[in-house]
Amino acid sequence: MTETQNLTLVQAVRDGLFTEMSADEDVVVLGEDVGKNGGVFRATEGLYDEFGGDRVIDTPLAESGIIGAAVGMAAMGMRPVPECQFSGFMYPGFDQIVSHMSRFRTRSRSRFTLPMTLRAPYGGGIRAPEHHSESKEAFYAHEAGLKVAIPSTPYDAKGMLISAIRDPDPVVFLEPKLIYRAFRGEVPEEDYEVPLGEAITRREGDDIAVFTWGAMTRPTMEAAESLAEEGIECEVVDLRTVSPLDREAIVEAFEKTGRAAVVHEAPKSGGLGAEITATIQEEALLYQEAPVKRITGFDVPFPLYALEDYYLPSAARVEAGVKEAVNFP
Amino acid sequence: MVALTKLRELYADMVTARRYEERLQEEYLEGKQPAFDISAGPIPGELHLAAGQEAAAVGVCHHLRPSDTVTAPHRPHHVAIAKGVDLKRMTAEIFGRETGLGKGKGGHMHLFDPDVNFACSGIIAQGCPPAAGAALAAKKRNEDAVAVAFLGEGAIDQGGFLESLNFASVHDLPVVFVVEDNDWAISMPKERVTDVEDGSKRADGFDMPGVRVDVDDAVAVYEAAGEAVGRARDRNGPTLLEVQVHRRMGHFMGDPQTYRSDADEEAALARDSIERLERELRDRGVDDAELNEVREDAETRVEEAISWAKEQPHPEPGAAHEDVFVNPPSGVTDSEPDFELAGVSGDE
Ligand SMILES: Cc1ncc(C[n+]2csc(CCOP(=O)(O)OP(=O)(O)O)c2C)c(N)n1
Repeated sequence: MTETQNLTLVQAVRDGLFTEMSADEDVVVLGEDVGKNGGVFRATEGLYDEFGGDRVIDTPLAESGIIGAAVGMAAMGMRPVPECQFSGFMYPGFDQIVSHMSRFRTRSRSRFTLPMTLRAPYGGGIRAPEHHSESKEAFYAHEAGLKVAIPSTPYDAKGMLISAIRDPDPVVFLEPKLIYRAFRGEVPEEDYEVPLGEAITRREGDDIAVFTWGAMTRPTMEAAESLAEEGIECEVVDLRTVSPLDREAIVEAFEKTGRAAVVHEAPKSGGLGAEITATIQEEALLYQEAPVKRITGFDVPFPLYALEDYYLPSAARVEAGVKEAVNFP
Repeated sequence: MVALTKLRELYADMVTARRYEERLQEEYLEGKQPAFDISAGPIPGELHLAAGQEAAAVGVCHHLRPSDTVTAPHRPHHVAIAKGVDLKRMTAEIFGRETGLGKGKGGHMHLFDPDVNFACSGIIAQGCPPAAGAALAAKKRNEDAVAVAFLGEGAIDQGGFLESLNFASVHDLPVVFVVEDNDWAISMPKERVTDVEDGSKRADGFDMPGVRVDVDDAVAVYEAAGEAVGRARDRNGPTLLEVQVHRRMGHFMGDPQTYRSDADEEAALARDSIERLERELRDRGVDDAELNEVREDAETRVEEAISWAKEQPHPEPGAAHEDVFVNPPSGVTDSEPDFELAGVSGDE
């Protein structure tokens, strides 16, 4: 049996960075306050002391520069892991993400490839204002050429981050900050990969498939447990990577149940719930017994704290939504 | 020499701003200790306070009129106070209450007040392009309004700032960019992110006047800003003004500041622009009784704003759906709000 440590999600991220930096000199971290300070969320704590300022680089406050420099390093064969302090601060570098990070490979007709991983804490639930709370995974999933990974457990955080860093293609790695320290989990000390693009079934059930990811996995599981007491069994699928989507897992879970709900904290319109629903329509229409229920944030900028519990899908909202789909027609 | 009445006004605003931050710090920390919990207490979320930076805001804004535009960054309270933003409604916003400037949906980095043309951006340096735009609007309409963008010294490496300098220069815009140099950008001292110690030198490359006020002194700022704002008002183009200030507190409340030496913190505390101005006022014949009176007035104003704010209701859940469009889309929308289901009444 391998040795494990009991880590929070953010500690597992740090452990993943440490593991890959130890194994591969080409892995470097860069961003604001990531060096001496160890990152505002402590995701890079101790890395500066271990690997030095040449590999854990404190940058000027300029996201376009940070992400663009990572693009250049990656094109030269390094494996940079730039950090943005919050996902809401990625936008000054958005041009580098969509114009370069995602397209260098296609544009150069595969002659350049970008093994880089752009990390950022994302999502709501900490009572902070909009750009500290929003979920914009759909922006990045919409951009061909990017993989978008969102772990929901410490185990996955380390394993998926290692996969992302080793991946020859660029990955946007979004870390649900609400659950950075919400709970601990067993994380192997050794290195291991959790493959990108593979969903995982968190709970088995025959009545309805519920698809979710990131911080929403918790209220979804909570709802599933309480629905089970009423005799409704949910199959909860944590997609883990929203691009590429594990369409096989989606179709399989749906064919098993004939009903589905999607839970995400991002706004509903144009959110990934729509993509999942469309996948079901295209691939499994004849199994469908009810409209797919989307339980999501609303089409508004993320509101401040008194309205946050209203905005974010709660276990109660998931329960109600699931019942609607299960009781249809 | 700056008139004594003006010095008194500067002093009153500075002590108000200082007192305000000290009281917000107390309110903010309530319930968040011992293990720092950002989501607890009467002011959840993060809070960037500006104690030690009053001289910049007050020295500049005392040249401004309500019709002049100011954009402030993530650390906006002292600027808002100096610009004359309604203190009660601003405080209600910080406490997330319905009667706040932004209906309690924006928080302390998102203070907007069209009554005095005040706006914020939590995204560093991104208030600069809109300030240039406000200046362009004034110029196009032949009004004598000016615009001022505030930002930190860490933010001057952002494209948005440098783009704005060039835009303002080539179009001779009536705008002033004010860099508050508090030596730190969260954990990063200036020398780790730039080789140019004097940020006002950024102006040289855009053929724009660049001025640095090296001492944390409201009067010196007032004088330098007088020229800069006057230049803008007289349609003689933009200025970049950098002001040395000091960060007396953490970057955000709850910041353990492990990256900062005690000596640095003590030095920042020792160079207090309020004490400096007090000395000057005394030298010019103002007695302690009068200074006390100003301080007491400031305290009363701050206390009134805070207690008023805390009595205000939280926003109702439905407010989350408001204010997105002038003409909201009709027909099937994203949600049929079910407030009961959400398990929240605004006042929870
Ligand atoms: C585009 C962007 N990147 C990162 C941040 C996070 N952040 C908030 S304040 C800050 C430091 C700003 O330093 P400075 O401009 O010197 O202002 P100060 O906080 O010292 O007043 C950072 C990095 C942000 N708000 N916006």
